[in-house]
Amino acid sequence: MIRSLPKSKTYSIGFKLYIVLYFVFLFAPLFITCVLAFNDSQFPSLPWKGFTVEWFTANQSERVGIFNDQINLDSIWVSAQVAFFVTLFSVVAGTCGAFLFEQEDFRLKQLLYFLMLSPLVIPGVILGISILLFSNTLGTYFEISWNLDVALFRPGFWLVVLGQFSFIATLVTLVVSARLKKFDYTLEEAALNLGANRFGVIWHITLKFLRPAIVGAGAVAFLMSFENFNTTLFLVGYEATLPINLYLQVRDGSTPVINAISFLLIIGTSTAACLHLYFSKKED
Amino acid sequence: MKHQKRWALFFFLTPVILWLFLLIVLPHIDLLIMSFRIENDAGEMVWSLSNYAQFFEEPIYWRTFVRTAVYSILVTFLTFVIALPVALYITKVVAPRFQGFLTLLLLLPFWVSELVRVYGWMILLRESGVINHFLIKLGILNRPVEMLYNDATMILGLIYTSMLFMIVPLIAVLESLDNSLIEAAYDLGANMWTILFKIIIPHATPGIVSGSIVVFMLTLGNYLTPNLMGGKNSLWFTEQIYNQFIASFNWNQGSAFGFLLLVLSSIVVWLGLKLTRQTLRTVVK
Repeated sequence: MIRSLPKSKTYSIGFKLYIVLYFVFLFAPLFITCVLAFNDSQFPSLPWKGFTVEWFTANQSERVGIFNDQINLDSIWVSAQVAFFVTLFSVVAGTCGAFLFEQEDFRLKQLLYFLMLSPLVIPGVILGISILLFSNTLGTYFEISWNLDVALFRPGFWLVVLGQFSFIATLVTLVVSARLKKFDYTLEEAALNLGANRFGVIWHITLKFLRPAIVGAGAVAFLMSFENFNTTLFLVGYEATLPINLYLQVRDGSTPVINAISFLLIIGTSTAACLHLYFSKKED
Repeated sequence: MKHQKRWALFFFLTPVILWLFLLIVLPHIDLLIMSFRIENDAGEMVWSLSNYAQFFEEPIYWRTFVRTAVYSILVTFLTFVIALPVALYITKVVAPRFQGFLTLLLLLPFWVSELVRVYGWMILLRESGVINHFLIKLGILNRPVEMLYNDATMILGLIYTSMLFMIVPLIAVLESLDNSLIEAAYDLGANMWTILFKIIIPHATPGIVSGSIVVFMLTLGNYLTPNLMGGKNSLWFTEQIYNQFIASFNWNQGSAFGFLLLVLSSIVVWLGLKLTRQTLRTVVK
């Protein structure tokens, strides 16, 4: 059963085999996606017709590599901008939330805490439609009452940012709170005794202490936003984010360009993941 | 001092209140209101229960709903059964020096976008896919078979997508299990199954519950995997919502569906917590 106990040979071989199969199951789809990005074929399938990097670099009529594919490049740029703003907003709101729930006391704190957790149990699709509805209601109201046409209330860039922010901020709040719990309050008291004011203490001492958690949560927020599909689906306007754009292409038949984008995403995110783990290990 | 304290509270409270009320509370109240409104023959919006009545009258709607719920439970259970041995292996069986590496390897695929993972399965399983290619090469099949677009592959995809959220809490909870308990049971003559059901699973319950809640929720609310991997007959309830909103442009009907899905997911989360006497707060940790 465990390391220290004797076990039969068939049992341990069986167990190992299971684990190997599990890892094959885990990596097979990613591996094959990467391999087929380099196949010299018009379709992302076998047989192998030779190695090529044309699905990255080509610029011919029947074959346009990702580096020359304006629609896909645009959607990557849109996703990056969305992710930047989502990260910025959720780090600010999440850090405020962490201070609020860890250090402040007020009436109805429990209720507000429960509300803060609620995006964890609301399916992303529901968040998407309810924010779409509400912004539409507001938009109609502004138009009827003041004859104002507010672009923010129509599906588009900023609505996507707000939709993703609404649940990613919860994640940031939880990560930063976990770090704030470990904070040694005597440091704050010492600074206060020495004449610092509360904001000075937070700026110079507490935020310095929280920095690794904030950076880590920011990185995860960026990635979650970059890859979000469910909430974005309902809020997106004419500027498609990368997942939406890829979805439309995959649904209507695929070319190895999608493999090339996937390859870049897999390499990018695994590097980011390894760096993230490396730095969070170092902190501990 | 007191003055400053009030300002600090105000400073932290404002963004949080704005966030939670403008983006969570009010939109969901709006969702609820919209679900009780319909357009009457004169083109005016009036209060009505007919959006919900429609749900119960049309078999396609409630059948999809029940199917989605049942399949989500099935996916949650299968994910648990597949994940438990892996978590046990990593925490209790493998040599400690490989532990970190294996855990890293386990987490890596889940950093990649869900779309890329589903796409990977599509090029493996479809008629012109890689698995068919090898099966024909090996002479097992004469001609390619369409393995995509049925319930089985959709469930496979859903399990794959949500695996991480089961395995991480399981590893966390099994790490805190004292090995000497298992050793003692073994010395007293317990067999493998007794150890599993009397020691490991009771100890792992908090992890199993939090993993199951997250997996269930994500499966229930998934759109991408059922849409791309499921067939014409494996409609998911989120697809019904999408159809009402985007295709039929019947936002009131869609709101009713959305609210029903929200109620279902809340009830299951609540039941899961009640049955195991936990709170949302402990599960989050």
